[in-house]
Amino acid sequence: MSENAAKTENYLNVKHTVASWLFTVDHKRIGVMYLATILLFFFLGGVAAVLFRIELMTPTEMFMASETYNRLFTMHGITMIFFFLIPSIPAVLGNFLLPIMLGARDLAFPRLNLASWYVFTFGGLLGLGAIIFGGVDTGWTFYTPYSSTYANSNVILAALGIFVSGFASIMTGLNFIVTIHKMRAPGLTWFRLPLFVWAHYATSIIIVLGTPVIAITILLVAVERIFSVGIFDPALGGDPVLFQHLFWFYSHPAVYIMILPGMGVVSEIIACFSRKRIFGYHIVAMSSLAIAILGFFVWGHHMFVSSQSMYAGMIFSILSFLVAIPSAIKVFNWVATLYGGSIKLDTPMLYALGFIGLFTIGGLTGLFLATMAVNVHVHDTYFIVAHFHYVMVGGMVMAFFGGLHFWWPKITGKLFPEMLGRITAIIIFIGFNLTFFPQFIVGYLGMPRRYHVYPEEFQLLHVMSTGGAAVLALGYMLMGVYLLYSLILGPKASSNPWKAAGLEWTTPSPPPTENFLEPPVVKHEAYAYTEEDTYRDDAETKGDTHG
Amino acid sequence: MSDHAEPHIAPLKTYLNVFAALMVLTVLTVWVALFDLGPFNVVVAVTIATVKAYIVILYFMHVKYSAKIIWLTAAAGFVWFILMLALTLADFATRGWLPIPEPW
Repeated sequence: MSENAAKTENYLNVKHTVASWLFTVDHKRIGVMYLATILLFFFLGGVAAVLFRIELMTPTEMFMASETYNRLFTMHGITMIFFFLIPSIPAVLGNFLLPIMLGARDLAFPRLNLASWYVFTFGGLLGLGAIIFGGVDTGWTFYTPYSSTYANSNVILAALGIFVSGFASIMTGLNFIVTIHKMRAPGLTWFRLPLFVWAHYATSIIIVLGTPVIAITILLVAVERIFSVGIFDPALGGDPVLFQHLFWFYSHPAVYIMILPGMGVVSEIIACFSRKRIFGYHIVAMSSLAIAILGFFVWGHHMFVSSQSMYAGMIFSILSFLVAIPSAIKVFNWVATLYGGSIKLDTPMLYALGFIGLFTIGGLTGLFLATMAVNVHVHDTYFIVAHFHYVMVGGMVMAFFGGLHFWWPKITGKLFPEMLGRITAIIIFIGFNLTFFPQFIVGYLGMPRRYHVYPEEFQLLHVMSTGGAAVLALGYMLMGVYLLYSLILGPKASSNPWKAAGLEWTTPSPPPTENFLEPPVVKHEAYAYTEEDTYRDDAETKGDTHG
Repeated sequence: MSDHAEPHIAPLKTYLNVFAALMVLTVLTVWVALFDLGPFNVVVAVTIATVKAYIVILYFMHVKYSAKIIWLTAAAGFVWFILMLALTLADFATRGWLPIPEPW
């Protein structure tokens, strides 16, 4: 290969056949394949949301029966959580960036990585099958004994889809843990790792420890449904609350599977667009691990009105308050990073700032819900719906799009229209708040979730919410259009268009198949934005290179 | 032991001993089931099952001969399993503590 060819060849143009994508073991290509797959599910989940938001504009039945409504919100929940949010940042940005940030050529197990995409896609197809054959009406939580005994819909098929896609998560999590331990570049000590890597390390621990439990639980639902073995159905001698324990043992930590990678992305963006190292780097890194561990102790706060013992409820309530500490540590440290920084309000930064504000609202309302008495009042109301959308959409989706814009030039080698990006970020921010803030009010006033017929006095708030959803959808479509435009006609990106620190910006955009033209050696900490940081006496960042 | 150690091959005698121990514990489980120990029925059965799992993890899954990081990984799974049981049982064990109020 001539020297010139080596300079222009990258992971995208090295081969063009379909087979070269389907059989690739390049983490970057697999990340891009994941991106295409999860965006399809994001679209499907979004369509379901638009349909039921239109229905909710009137207090009476407009164009869909209750059964259809139940199936639509279930489809929205299952596709968005299991097939979009959980894999979103780890499987797309994590897959693409983690090895590059570590100075490695690929993940530790490239074939396992490809297998994870196939397993995920197969699981997704099973979920899609459940929708095509008539849908599921249990809600994404599959509560028993309704799901295991009475539901007259495709519960088993959807459950199987989630069961299978869980294995893809485990494969990715294992791959990340081993890669971070074993494949860091020379000089890249633990405390020189970007916070994105720390966040993915913590996420991977949750995935590996938690996902098997949901897999077994869902399998038990199928066993009870098919063989009538009494596990969760009291009529058969089972206990329905046991299902909730097992389900939330995974599904609450799953919230942190969804939000921790987002926090990693935000740390990278805040540092770059403030031109400063992250304030309190060590404590922010450790708070990721603290969230991962504490997140496993709090699941009972979903069950305060389930007939769970009041004493267990009290323990879970106290433990839930503890999770707020590491989360608040992150928020305060990001704000401290902004203080005195040379702030530039480019598109990724707008999403990151949106994340901080919206996640804070989502997190603080979580404290209301961790308080047993308040929880009884707002349990299963729109207040909950608003709370978790502030965390999941206001937090995670904002971070995902922030990250997608931040690393878009690296992934595609193209620039996107910056002004359109900023306008879209603002449209999405406004649309999001218009959609979900009224839901806090309507929930506090007592409107339960999962009903499409409701008292007339709630209509105005629901119309606002639907209007907001339309603005949000407009924002997403606009983003889709300009990113496609950028992909085809966008100007070429340099290797480091944001002038960001970090190993991924030292390699060409898009990176070559082997990631680096020369194997990198790391000589300073992750956020060397000032001369002082670059030449800082790195006593605090020195340590074992491997382990 | 280093991370890159050759795969350890345990003598056949070890496997036979482990097999014998598992058999004895299985017989013990069946034997104990003949007696009504009240609330301890489950406790005894789960304790024996846990000991059996421990032996399988240590010998059949070769954790005993593995690097410290493998110990840590296996222990994490074990601890998390105990955590799940403990907090779930915190509910089941204390549900009856509060009397159900009489209807008005």
